[in-house]
Amino acid sequence: MNSMLDRLAQEFHITDVVERRPGLTTISVDKDLAETLIRELRDREGYTHLNFMTAIDQIEHGMFTLVYMLHNYERKSTLSVHVDIEREEAEMTSIHTLWAQAWTYQRELRELWGIRFPGSPRLDEDFCLEGWEDIPPMRREFDTVEFCERTFVSRDGRHTEDPREHMHEVMFPTRGGDN
Amino acid sequence: MIKSLSTEATLENAGLSPEERELFCNARPKAYEPYPIKAVEDFANWCRANSLWILAFGTGCGAIELRPLMTARFDANRFGVAGRPTPRQSSVFIIGGYSSVKTLKRIVRSYEQMQGPKFVIALGICPVNGGMYWDSYNTIKRLDQYIPVDLYITGCMPRPEVLVGGLVELKKMIKAGQCDGANRYVENFDWYKANQKRVIKNWNMPDYNW
Repeated sequence: MNSMLDRLAQEFHITDVVERRPGLTTISVDKDLAETLIRELRDREGYTHLNFMTAIDQIEHGMFTLVYMLHNYERKSTLSVHVDIEREEAEMTSIHTLWAQAWTYQRELRELWGIRFPGSPRLDEDFCLEGWEDIPPMRREFDTVEFCERTFVSRDGRHTEDPREHMHEVMFPTRGGDN
Repeated sequence: MIKSLSTEATLENAGLSPEERELFCNARPKAYEPYPIKAVEDFANWCRANSLWILAFGTGCGAIELRPLMTARFDANRFGVAGRPTPRQSSVFIIGGYSSVKTLKRIVRSYEQMQGPKFVIALGICPVNGGMYWDSYNTIKRLDQYIPVDLYITGCMPRPEVLVGGLVELKKMIKAGQCDGANRYVENFDWYKANQKRVIKNWNMPDYNW
């Protein structure tokens, strides 16, 4: 495992190798080398199974982190490949040629995060949202509550209590102080 | 193209292409007229109440409660309740919990295809006020904005006993002639349609799915 990572680290400039727990390691790789690395892992190193792929919105850094979770059945080891891509005009190489099921994930990523994968089949078809007109809902600048109030009609009678204030005012009114 | 012979206003069916528009009916829905003799209408209501046929359309997590309802333990057949495969044959539509916008489109379509008299039971808290999905971008909060609801059974999730209780309650309401949901839909058709079209953005079906 470590010898493999050492070799790949030199060839593919892998950074941030972290062993999260026995059997799960995360690595980061540059966007341009990501597809070649994943192909190498699948064909030479036995990481034949794509568990899932998803995205993390790093709005503070102006980045999306794409996560490719790969599994090796013989070594019982999972490798999570992280790829940072630009948030504006987000685009990534499609891996549907490696795993046919990847195009479903890529279709979901296009719809919910707005990341494009040129060449991926049926990329622009609706997936779970039909006729969505707003910004992609999993982007962190999308305000879900505001969208809900604007779109759906709510029924009177629902109210929420802040637990802290409720305890101060109703349950323990005599005990003052913030702590 | 078949021209409508009546002078009543017809539906635009603006969501369809011109070729498709010729294939669908553009008449507005008609309200149910009860029999002129009250005894006959009461007898018809008694018959309707004792043959409730549920549409086999599981729209949310509540659909899981319909399986034990129909099988040995709760055996809803005792109450004249049976499952039917298509909207054309069924008279009760159980909305099993939350409904996403994508599902709402299918709910509207199935509800309109059901033959009257038809009744809607909303199961769980989500059709009442959104429930735990009150801030979800893709889940409607109030079902009664989009189709008329005759009976709510609240809870998360209601057990099959409660569902049986709700069906008994529905039977009482039908026998008393109080279930006028389908007529409310006809009377406020434009209001319902405007609400539906506000959330269903890709309206590519007829305005009234008959």
